[in-house]
Amino acid sequence: MAQTSSATRLAGLRAAPGLRERLDIPRRVVFLAAASMIGIVAVLLAFIAWQGIQLFVKDGVPVTQVFSTTWQPDQTVAGTNFGLLPFIFGTIAVTAVALLISAPLSVGLALFLSEVAPNWARAIVQPALEIFVGIPSVVWGWLGLTMLVPFLASTFHHDLAVSLPVVGEVFRMPGFLTGFSWLAGSLVLSMMVLPTITSVSYDAFRAIPRDLRTGSLALGTTRWQTIRHILLPAALPGVLTAVVLGMTRAAGEALAVQVVIGSSPIMPRAITQPIETLTAGITLDMGNTVFGEPWQDALWTMSLVLLIISVGSVVMVRLINRRRMAI
Amino acid sequence: MTPSTRLLRRTSRRTVLADRAATVVLWATGCFVLLILGGIVVHFALAAAKVVSPSFIFGDPSSTALGGVLPLLWNSVYMLVLAMLIAVPVGILGGIYMSEYAGDNRITGTIRFAQEAVSSVPSIVVGLFGLILFVDYFHFGFTALGGAFALTLFNLPLMTRLAEQALRAVPQDERSASLALGATKWQTILHVVLPLAIPGLVTGVILTAGRVFGEAAVLLFTAGMSTPVHYDFLHFSLTDQSSPWSPFRPATTLSVYIYSLQSEGLSAFKDQIVDGSAAILISMVFVFNLGARLLGRLLTRRLTAA
Repeated sequence: MAQTSSATRLAGLRAAPGLRERLDIPRRVVFLAAASMIGIVAVLLAFIAWQGIQLFVKDGVPVTQVFSTTWQPDQTVAGTNFGLLPFIFGTIAVTAVALLISAPLSVGLALFLSEVAPNWARAIVQPALEIFVGIPSVVWGWLGLTMLVPFLASTFHHDLAVSLPVVGEVFRMPGFLTGFSWLAGSLVLSMMVLPTITSVSYDAFRAIPRDLRTGSLALGTTRWQTIRHILLPAALPGVLTAVVLGMTRAAGEALAVQVVIGSSPIMPRAITQPIETLTAGITLDMGNTVFGEPWQDALWTMSLVLLIISVGSVVMVRLINRRRMAI
Repeated sequence: MTPSTRLLRRTSRRTVLADRAATVVLWATGCFVLLILGGIVVHFALAAAKVVSPSFIFGDPSSTALGGVLPLLWNSVYMLVLAMLIAVPVGILGGIYMSEYAGDNRITGTIRFAQEAVSSVPSIVVGLFGLILFVDYFHFGFTALGGAFALTLFNLPLMTRLAEQALRAVPQDERSASLALGATKWQTILHVVLPLAIPGLVTGVILTAGRVFGEAAVLLFTAGMSTPVHYDFLHFSLTDQSSPWSPFRPATTLSVYIYSLQSEGLSAFKDQIVDGSAAILISMVFVFNLGARLLGRLLTRRLTAA
């Protein structure tokens, strides 16, 4: 009898929680703190999107004009044209070459750390990478400006030409005039995204179960065969995620790139020529323009494009990892 | 020797060679990164040895040609404190929700997506958002407060994620034991989970704070970019724009100053000033990273031994 009564009492307690418990204020507070992130995204998207479409809505610039290659935003000169293509192409081009340099290097470094390095080497390289992450972008820009750009200008000043005996000249690339160039931007960026790609792909390699390695090695493969045929395919989604994250960082980087690319909003013909990116264009012109004039509205459109790129990459990472879940 | 064994031997030799080559290449990547980092550190150490002196830091920026970066350092620290004032509490509270309350449902998924989205937004766009809000709509002008707000947006996702990780690392048994003793969920979080997570939380705060020092793009259009002026630290006021203590004044940080010198520097001593400032900036970041590790380890030992 006593047992049933205490059981009922317990049930009664459960059934009628006090007002404080029902309100559960702490839960609401922490929920608000976490959910504030949704609010931030919504407001940020709304503001940038609203400003970004002003170029079309208020200034009456046709959407197709954005995809032209002429950038002439100054209203004091006749015939404005808001072609954003040089900027968009510049961002894609600088980012792509940076990834071409950085991705193999970073994945190699991640493989070195997870498969090859003895403990003492890992104990040196890992803290070094943490310092690498901490080097501020303005410092990278400064190194690019004072060391890389003069080096490129003085060393590769002449045209690069490839000639074959019979056919004659097959390839010709102009040399660096000033050193401020597409390649300089890509090189600086490749250093900046190296720790990002390395650490994410390192995690991907570490997450592979040990059995896969031992199983492969037991079949008589060498370490490189195991890496190439077992580990790389197994870690592919993680490595892709790493590259996409590196891409996001590279495309969004502003200051370090701005000081070395020479800021010339025309379509470049070669990797040795100046180029302009979305971020650099915004950084340079935002301070010189007045709020509400078409020139600045075009800059807001550029930041909307950047925002679309970054949110798009988040979606891309999600898709890559969903496939991994499915398999 | 039959042809087939010869073939086998040749392939296996090639395989072994490929393996050796791969090992060499992978070691080379490791050495390459160390070389680059070593080069950078040595470069700035040498530069700093030539430039950094007491007058470089404490000198009057308006009178001496070389130096007086103290106001910029002050602004960096000031912005850091201001930004962390909001980011730390909100980040830790958000982390508590994500670690202790969040179920596997659509709201949690949306919050995670929002977190990833905010942390992927380029810092220059975060700065522009601050510009539009504080300068264009509220007409505050370039202020430390606007810069700190933009920095908070920039830092909040990382702070929340690190706080969540720190809380998740607390063993489940501790929670079960506390709940079994009759504590409510909130009491358990407050008196059991949070104290145990302190080492991780401290590390998270320091790592998040370290990013503020290096960040310039966020502050360019929010806290402003101007030449350093002499600060009178004895003049304490929270509203007077001429007081270095006021959040309602433009505040150029060390990183922003380095950038401004690079892009439009007119000083004849530009190179030395930037080299010295960059050396200070890197050592700050270095101290912060090292501090986060050491403090985290120390706290873990203290708290788990007690």
